[in-house]
Amino acid sequence: MKTKIIAAALVCSTAIGLTFGSALADPVNDTLTIDGVEMISRAKAPEGHPFKEVLSGWLFREKETRAVEADSFQNPGMFAVERGEEVWNAVDGSAGKSCASCHGEATKAMKGVGTSYPKWDAASKRPVDLELRINNCRKANMGAEPYKFDDGDQRALVTYIKHQSLGMPMHIDLTKGNMKAWWEKGKERYYLRTGQLNLSCASCHEVNMGKHIRADHLSQGQINDFPVYRLKVGHVVSVMNRFRGCIRDTRAEIPKAFSDELMALEVYVTWRGTGLSIETPGVRQ
Amino acid sequence: MANPRPRIRVPKSATKDEVITIKTLISHKMESGQRKGKDGKLIPREIINKFSCEFNGRPVFSCDIDPAISSNPYFEFNARVPESGTFKFTWVDDNGSVYSTEQAIEVK
Repeated sequence: MKTKIIAAALVCSTAIGLTFGSALADPVNDTLTIDGVEMISRAKAPEGHPFKEVLSGWLFREKETRAVEADSFQNPGMFAVERGEEVWNAVDGSAGKSCASCHGEATKAMKGVGTSYPKWDAASKRPVDLELRINNCRKANMGAEPYKFDDGDQRALVTYIKHQSLGMPMHIDLTKGNMKAWWEKGKERYYLRTGQLNLSCASCHEVNMGKHIRADHLSQGQINDFPVYRLKVGHVVSVMNRFRGCIRDTRAEIPKAFSDELMALEVYVTWRGTGLSIETPGVRQ
Repeated sequence: MANPRPRIRVPKSATKDEVITIKTLISHKMESGQRKGKDGKLIPREIINKFSCEFNGRPVFSCDIDPAISSNPYFEFNARVPESGTFKFTWVDDNGSVYSTEQAIEVK
Protein backbone atom coordinates (compact mmCIF):
# COMPACT_ATOMS: atom_id res chain seq x y z
CA MET A 1 0.00 0.00 0.00
CA LYS A 2 2.74 2.39 1.05
CA THR A 3 4.73 1.76 -2.13
CA LYS A 4 1.63 2.46 -4.14
CA ILE A 5 1.24 5.87 -2.55
CA ILE A 6 4.88 6.70 -3.14
CA ALA A 7 4.58 5.56 -6.75
CA ALA A 8 1.49 7.68 -7.22
CA ALA A 9 3.27 10.67 -5.74
CA LEU A 10 6.18 10.14 -8.10
CA VAL A 11 3.87 10.03 -11.07
CA CYS A 12 2.22 13.26 -9.96
CA SER A 13 5.47 15.12 -9.52
CA THR A 14 6.89 14.05 -12.85
CA ALA A 15 3.67 14.15 -14.79
CA ILE A 16 4.33 17.51 -16.32
CA GLY A 17 7.90 16.70 -17.18
CA LEU A 18 9.46 18.85 -14.50
CA THR A 19 10.00 18.24 -10.84
CA PHE A 20 8.60 20.92 -8.65
CA GLY A 21 10.18 21.38 -5.25
CA SER A 22 8.31 19.43 -2.67
CA ALA A 23 8.89 21.88 0.16
CA LEU A 24 5.88 24.11 0.24
CA ALA A 25 6.94 27.69 0.74
CA ASP A 26 3.89 29.69 1.62
CA PRO A 27 3.44 33.31 0.62
CA VAL A 28 4.52 35.59 3.45
CA ASN A 29 2.18 37.22 5.89
CA ASP A 30 3.11 40.82 5.28
CA THR A 31 1.47 44.11 4.43
CA LEU A 32 2.57 46.24 1.52
CA THR A 33 2.37 49.97 2.08
CA ILE A 34 3.57 52.34 -0.65
CA ASP A 35 3.72 56.07 0.04
CA GLY A 36 1.38 55.61 2.97
CA VAL A 37 -1.22 53.74 0.91
CA GLU A 38 -1.93 50.21 2.03
CA MET A 39 -2.15 47.78 -0.86
CA ILE A 40 -4.71 44.99 -0.98
CA SER A 41 -2.42 42.04 -1.55
CA ARG A 42 -4.94 39.42 -0.42
CA ALA A 43 -8.50 39.55 -1.69
CA LYS A 44 -11.50 37.27 -1.65
CA ALA A 45 -11.67 35.51 -5.00
CA PRO A 46 -14.59 36.25 -7.34
CA GLU A 47 -17.24 33.57 -7.86
CA GLY A 48 -16.11 30.66 -9.98
CA HIS A 49 -12.41 31.24 -9.18
CA PRO A 50 -10.28 28.16 -8.50
CA PHE A 51 -8.76 29.80 -5.40
CA LYS A 52 -10.54 31.06 -2.30
CA GLU A 53 -8.13 33.95 -1.99
CA VAL A 54 -6.20 35.80 -4.67
CA LEU A 55 -2.67 36.79 -3.72
CA SER A 56 -0.38 39.46 -5.08
CA GLY A 57 2.93 38.24 -6.46
CA TRP A 58 4.60 40.59 -3.96
CA LEU A 59 3.88 38.07 -1.19
CA PHE A 60 5.97 35.46 -2.98
CA ARG A 61 9.13 37.50 -3.36
CA GLU A 62 12.22 37.68 -1.16
CA LYS A 63 12.38 40.16 1.69
CA GLU A 64 14.87 42.38 -0.17
CA THR A 65 12.77 42.50 -3.33
CA ARG A 66 9.66 43.31 -1.31
CA ALA A 67 11.49 46.17 0.38
CA VAL A 68 12.47 47.74 -2.96
CA GLU A 69 8.83 47.88 -4.04
CA ALA A 70 7.65 49.21 -0.68
CA ASP A 71 9.94 52.26 -0.99
CA SER A 72 8.87 54.33 -3.98
CA PHE A 73 12.20 56.18 -3.87
CA GLN A 74 14.20 52.99 -4.16
CA ASN A 75 11.87 51.43 -6.74
CA PRO A 76 13.66 51.79 -10.11
CA GLY A 77 10.30 51.32 -11.86
CA MET A 78 9.63 54.92 -10.85
CA PHE A 79 12.03 56.00 -13.58
CA ALA A 80 9.43 54.73 -16.04
CA VAL A 81 6.75 56.72 -14.20
CA GLU A 82 8.88 59.88 -14.50
CA ARG A 83 9.51 59.22 -18.18
CA GLY A 84 5.79 58.51 -18.64
CA GLU A 85 4.93 61.92 -17.25
CA GLU A 86 7.19 63.52 -19.86
CA VAL A 87 5.56 61.48 -22.61
CA TRP A 88 2.11 62.46 -21.30
CA ASN A 89 2.98 66.14 -21.71
CA ALA A 90 4.93 65.83 -24.98
CA VAL A 91 3.25 67.08 -28.17
CA ASP A 92 3.39 64.48 -30.93
CA GLY A 93 1.70 63.98 -34.31
CA SER A 94 0.06 66.15 -36.97
CA ALA A 95 -2.69 67.48 -34.67
CA GLY A 96 -0.10 69.15 -32.44
CA LYS A 97 -1.50 67.60 -29.30
CA SER A 98 -0.16 65.78 -26.28
CA CYS A 99 -2.13 63.45 -24.01
CA ALA A 100 -2.45 66.39 -21.64
CA SER A 101 -4.05 68.63 -24.31
CA CYS A 102 -7.28 66.65 -24.06
CA HIS A 103 -7.05 64.79 -20.76
CA GLY A 104 -5.45 67.50 -18.62
CA GLU A 105 -3.60 66.37 -15.53
CA ALA A 106 -3.07 62.64 -15.39
CA THR A 107 -3.14 62.64 -11.59
CA LYS A 108 -6.83 63.54 -11.82
CA ALA A 109 -7.94 62.33 -15.26
CA MET A 110 -6.27 58.94 -15.12
CA LYS A 111 -7.05 58.05 -11.50
CA GLY A 112 -8.79 54.68 -11.54
CA VAL A 113 -8.44 54.22 -15.29
CA GLY A 114 -5.82 51.50 -14.99
CA THR A 115 -8.04 49.30 -12.81
CA SER A 116 -10.50 48.23 -15.49
CA TYR A 117 -8.51 47.34 -18.61
CA PRO A 118 -8.82 45.34 -20.87
CA LYS A 119 -12.13 47.00 -21.78
CA TRP A 120 -14.64 46.30 -24.52
CA ASP A 121 -14.04 48.48 -27.57
CA ALA A 122 -17.24 48.84 -29.60
CA ALA A 123 -15.42 50.19 -32.68
CA SER A 124 -13.10 47.23 -33.14
CA LYS A 125 -15.53 44.73 -31.56
CA ARG A 126 -12.85 43.29 -29.28
CA PRO A 127 -11.33 44.06 -25.90
CA VAL A 128 -8.43 46.52 -25.85
CA ASP A 129 -5.79 46.95 -23.18
CA LEU A 130 -4.15 50.25 -22.26
CA GLU A 131 -1.41 49.84 -24.87
CA LEU A 132 -3.96 49.52 -27.69
CA ARG A 133 -6.19 52.22 -26.23
CA ILE A 134 -3.26 54.64 -26.31
CA ASN A 135 -2.41 53.64 -29.88
CA ASN A 136 -6.01 54.20 -30.96
CA CYS A 137 -5.94 57.62 -29.34
CA ARG A 138 -2.65 58.49 -31.04
CA LYS A 139 -4.04 57.55 -34.45
CA ALA A 140 -7.51 59.06 -34.10
CA ASN A 141 -6.86 62.20 -32.08
CA MET A 142 -3.17 63.08 -32.24
CA GLY A 143 -2.38 62.10 -35.81
CA ALA A 144 0.66 60.33 -34.45
CA GLU A 145 2.20 56.98 -35.29
CA PRO A 146 0.98 54.18 -33.03
CA TYR A 147 3.73 52.83 -30.79
CA LYS A 148 5.47 49.68 -31.91
CA PHE A 149 5.05 46.85 -29.40
CA ASP A 150 7.17 47.42 -26.30
CA ASP A 151 8.50 50.79 -27.39
CA GLY A 152 10.18 52.38 -24.38
CA ASP A 153 7.73 55.28 -24.40
CA GLN A 154 4.76 52.92 -24.63
CA ARG A 155 5.93 51.07 -21.54
CA ALA A 156 6.62 54.32 -19.72
CA LEU A 157 3.24 55.84 -20.57
CA VAL A 158 1.29 52.74 -19.56
CA THR A 159 3.29 52.59 -16.32
CA TYR A 160 2.55 56.26 -15.63
CA ILE A 161 -1.18 55.88 -16.31
CA LYS A 162 -1.56 52.71 -14.24
CA HIS A 163 0.48 54.25 -11.43
CA GLN A 164 -2.29 56.86 -11.02
CA SER A 165 -4.49 54.02 -9.73
CA LEU A 166 -1.96 52.87 -7.13
CA GLY A 167 -3.78 51.01 -4.36
CA MET A 168 -7.14 50.86 -6.13
CA PRO A 169 -8.57 47.37 -6.64
CA MET A 170 -8.59 45.78 -10.08
CA HIS A 171 -12.01 45.20 -11.54
CA ILE A 172 -12.77 44.13 -15.08
CA ASP A 173 -16.25 44.61 -16.55
CA LEU A 174 -17.33 41.40 -18.26
CA THR A 175 -20.89 42.54 -18.96
CA LYS A 176 -20.00 44.81 -21.89
CA GLY A 177 -20.15 43.59 -25.48
CA ASN A 178 -18.78 40.15 -26.00
CA MET A 179 -16.42 40.21 -23.00
CA LYS A 180 -17.82 37.00 -21.55
CA ALA A 181 -16.90 35.06 -24.70
CA TRP A 182 -13.37 36.52 -24.60
CA TRP A 183 -13.14 35.52 -20.95
CA GLU A 184 -14.13 31.95 -21.92
CA LYS A 185 -11.53 31.95 -24.67
CA GLY A 186 -8.91 33.23 -22.26
CA LYS A 187 -9.82 30.56 -19.73
CA GLU A 188 -9.41 27.89 -22.38
CA ARG A 189 -5.97 29.31 -23.22
CA TYR A 190 -5.02 29.38 -19.53
CA TYR A 191 -5.64 25.65 -19.15
CA LEU A 192 -4.26 24.68 -22.58
CA ARG A 193 -1.03 22.75 -22.37
CA THR A 194 1.44 23.89 -25.02
CA GLY A 195 5.05 23.51 -26.00
CA GLN A 196 7.61 20.76 -25.73
CA LEU A 197 7.27 20.92 -21.96
CA ASN A 198 3.52 20.48 -22.27
CA LEU A 199 2.71 23.14 -19.69
CA SER A 200 -0.35 25.29 -19.25
CA CYS A 201 -0.43 28.51 -17.24
CA ALA A 202 -2.26 26.52 -14.57
CA SER A 203 0.52 23.92 -14.30
CA CYS A 204 2.67 26.45 -12.50
CA HIS A 205 0.40 29.21 -11.28
CA GLU A 206 -2.51 27.12 -10.05
CA VAL A 207 -1.52 23.50 -9.41
CA ASN A 208 1.94 24.26 -8.07
CA MET A 209 1.42 27.79 -6.76
CA GLY A 210 3.53 28.39 -3.66
CA LYS A 211 6.12 25.75 -4.52
CA HIS A 212 9.58 26.25 -5.89
CA ILE A 213 10.48 25.55 -9.48
CA ARG A 214 14.23 25.44 -9.09
CA ALA A 215 15.09 28.83 -7.57
CA ASP A 216 11.79 30.47 -8.44
CA HIS A 217 8.95 30.72 -5.97
CA LEU A 218 5.79 30.19 -8.02
CA SER A 219 3.13 32.83 -7.49
CA GLN A 220 -0.45 32.91 -8.72
CA GLY A 221 0.78 34.76 -11.80
CA GLN A 222 -1.24 37.89 -11.08
CA ILE A 223 -0.79 40.99 -13.25
CA ASN A 224 -1.92 43.74 -10.87
CA ASP A 225 1.69 44.97 -10.66
CA PHE A 226 2.23 45.43 -14.42
CA PRO A 227 4.08 47.00 -16.12
CA VAL A 228 6.51 45.55 -13.62
CA TYR A 229 10.17 46.34 -12.98
CA ARG A 230 12.08 43.11 -13.41
CA LEU A 231 15.46 42.98 -11.73
CA LYS A 232 16.46 40.44 -14.36
CA VAL A 233 16.20 42.90 -17.26
CA GLY A 234 16.58 46.23 -15.47
CA HIS A 235 13.49 47.96 -16.85
CA VAL A 236 9.71 47.74 -16.77
CA VAL A 237 8.12 44.84 -18.63
CA SER A 238 4.64 44.79 -20.20
CA VAL A 239 1.98 42.11 -19.68
CA MET A 240 2.19 40.97 -23.30
CA ASN A 241 5.96 40.67 -23.03
CA ARG A 242 5.62 38.55 -19.89
CA PHE A 243 2.98 36.28 -21.44
CA ARG A 244 5.22 35.77 -24.44
CA GLY A 245 8.23 35.07 -22.24
CA CYS A 246 6.31 32.55 -20.17
CA ILE A 247 5.01 30.75 -23.27
CA ARG A 248 8.52 30.76 -24.77
CA ASP A 249 9.74 29.03 -21.61
CA THR A 250 7.30 26.18 -22.23
CA ARG A 251 9.10 25.87 -25.58
CA ALA A 252 5.93 26.59 -27.52
CA GLU A 253 5.38 28.79 -30.54
CA ILE A 254 5.01 32.32 -29.25
CA PRO A 255 1.77 34.11 -30.18
CA LYS A 256 2.02 37.72 -31.37
CA ALA A 257 1.53 40.51 -28.86
CA PHE A 258 -2.08 41.81 -28.84
CA SER A 259 -3.21 38.74 -30.84
CA ASP A 260 -6.72 37.48 -30.06
CA GLU A 261 -5.20 34.62 -28.13
CA LEU A 262 -3.13 36.79 -25.80
CA MET A 263 -5.78 39.51 -25.47
CA ALA A 264 -8.26 36.85 -24.33
CA LEU A 265 -5.63 35.60 -21.88
CA GLU A 266 -5.14 39.13 -20.54
CA VAL A 267 -8.89 39.45 -20.00
CA TYR A 268 -9.00 36.17 -18.11
CA VAL A 269 -5.83 36.71 -16.05
CA THR A 270 -6.98 40.23 -15.10
CA TRP A 271 -10.23 38.70 -13.84
CA ARG A 272 -8.25 36.16 -11.83
CA GLY A 273 -6.75 39.06 -9.89
CA THR A 274 -10.05 40.81 -9.18
CA GLY A 275 -9.84 42.84 -5.98
CA LEU A 276 -6.05 43.13 -5.81
CA SER A 277 -4.58 46.62 -5.67
CA ILE A 278 -2.83 48.08 -8.67
CA GLU A 279 0.84 48.10 -7.59
CA THR A 280 2.30 49.55 -10.79
CA PRO A 281 5.25 49.62 -11.00
CA GLY A 282 5.74 46.43 -9.00
CA VAL A 283 9.20 44.95 -8.48
CA ARG A 284 9.87 41.29 -9.22
CA GLN A 285 12.97 39.25 -9.89
CA MET B 1 15.62 56.10 -20.43
CA ALA B 2 18.21 57.75 -22.55
CA ASN B 3 19.93 60.12 -20.18
CA PRO B 4 20.82 58.92 -16.72
CA ARG B 5 18.65 60.60 -14.10
CA PRO B 6 20.04 60.91 -10.61
CA ARG B 7 17.63 60.85 -7.69
CA ILE B 8 18.61 61.65 -4.13
CA ARG B 9 16.81 61.69 -0.82
CA VAL B 10 18.36 63.83 1.89
CA PRO B 11 16.41 65.41 4.77
CA LYS B 12 15.93 69.19 4.42
CA SER B 13 16.95 69.79 8.02
CA ALA B 14 18.60 68.03 10.94
CA THR B 15 19.73 68.73 14.50
CA LYS B 16 23.45 69.27 15.13
CA ASP B 17 25.48 66.05 14.87
CA GLU B 18 22.42 64.06 13.91
CA VAL B 19 23.07 60.91 11.89
CA ILE B 20 20.91 61.01 8.79
CA THR B 21 20.18 58.42 6.13
CA ILE B 22 20.96 59.34 2.55
CA LYS B 23 19.53 57.44 -0.38
CA THR B 24 20.62 57.75 -3.99
CA LEU B 25 19.50 56.11 -7.19
CA ILE B 26 20.51 56.75 -10.78
CA SER B 27 19.02 55.34 -13.96
CA HIS B 28 21.75 53.68 -15.99
CA LYS B 29 21.84 50.55 -18.13
CA MET B 30 25.24 49.46 -16.70
CA GLU B 31 26.30 47.55 -19.80
CA SER B 32 28.78 45.03 -18.40
CA GLY B 33 30.95 44.62 -21.51
CA GLN B 34 30.48 40.87 -21.36
CA ARG B 35 27.34 40.54 -23.44
CA LYS B 36 27.20 39.96 -27.16
CA GLY B 37 24.87 41.85 -29.48
CA LYS B 38 22.78 40.39 -32.30
CA ASP B 39 25.81 40.65 -34.60
CA GLY B 40 27.81 38.37 -32.29
CA LYS B 41 30.21 41.12 -31.29
CA LEU B 42 30.82 42.21 -27.72
CA ILE B 43 28.79 45.22 -26.65
CA PRO B 44 31.36 47.67 -25.26
CA ARG B 45 31.35 48.20 -21.52
CA GLU B 46 29.54 51.29 -20.35
CA ILE B 47 28.97 51.55 -16.66
CA ILE B 48 29.14 54.13 -13.94
CA ASN B 49 32.54 53.40 -12.46
CA LYS B 50 32.64 55.77 -9.51
CA PHE B 51 30.23 57.32 -7.08
CA SER B 52 31.05 59.91 -4.47
CA CYS B 53 29.33 62.12 -1.94
CA GLU B 54 30.83 65.26 -0.43
CA PHE B 55 29.64 67.55 2.33
CA ASN B 56 30.92 71.14 2.14
CA GLY B 57 33.83 69.87 0.04
CA ARG B 58 34.79 67.09 2.46
CA PRO B 59 34.41 63.47 1.37
CA VAL B 60 31.57 61.56 3.04
CA PHE B 61 31.37 58.40 1.01
CA SER B 62 32.82 57.17 -2.23
CA CYS B 63 33.21 53.89 -4.04
CA ASP B 64 34.44 52.33 -7.25
CA ILE B 65 31.86 50.36 -9.16
CA ASP B 66 32.55 47.27 -11.22
CA PRO B 67 30.61 45.54 -14.00
CA ALA B 68 28.77 43.15 -11.67
CA ILE B 69 26.67 45.97 -10.24
CA SER B 70 23.08 45.91 -11.50
CA SER B 71 21.48 48.51 -13.74
CA ASN B 72 20.09 51.59 -11.96
CA PRO B 73 22.56 51.38 -9.03
CA TYR B 74 21.19 52.32 -5.62
CA PHE B 75 23.27 53.50 -2.65
CA GLU B 76 22.15 54.11 0.90
CA PHE B 77 24.46 55.31 3.65
CA ASN B 78 24.51 57.36 6.84
CA ALA B 79 26.25 60.63 7.58
CA ARG B 80 26.66 62.84 10.63
CA VAL B 81 25.71 66.47 10.05
CA PRO B 82 27.88 68.88 12.10
CA GLU B 83 26.70 72.11 10.47
CA SER B 84 24.46 73.53 7.78
CA GLY B 85 25.78 72.88 4.30
CA THR B 86 25.40 71.09 1.00
CA PHE B 87 25.68 67.46 0.05
CA LYS B 88 27.06 67.01 -3.43
CA PHE B 89 26.72 63.72 -5.30
CA THR B 90 28.75 62.69 -8.32
CA TRP B 91 28.52 59.71 -10.65
CA VAL B 92 31.28 59.11 -13.21
CA ASP B 93 30.41 57.28 -16.43
CA ASP B 94 32.80 55.17 -18.54
CA ASN B 95 32.00 57.44 -21.49
CA GLY B 96 33.48 60.39 -19.63
CA SER B 97 30.20 61.98 -18.59
CA VAL B 98 29.82 63.15 -15.03
CA TYR B 99 26.37 63.38 -13.52
CA SER B 100 25.97 65.41 -10.39
CA THR B 101 23.34 66.83 -8.15
CA GLU B 102 23.30 68.48 -4.76
CA GLN B 103 21.05 69.37 -1.87
CA ALA B 104 21.35 71.76 1.03
CA ILE B 105 20.62 70.78 4.59
CA GLU B 106 19.97 73.15 7.47
CA VAL B 107 21.11 72.43 10.99
CA LYS B 108 18.59 73.73 13.49
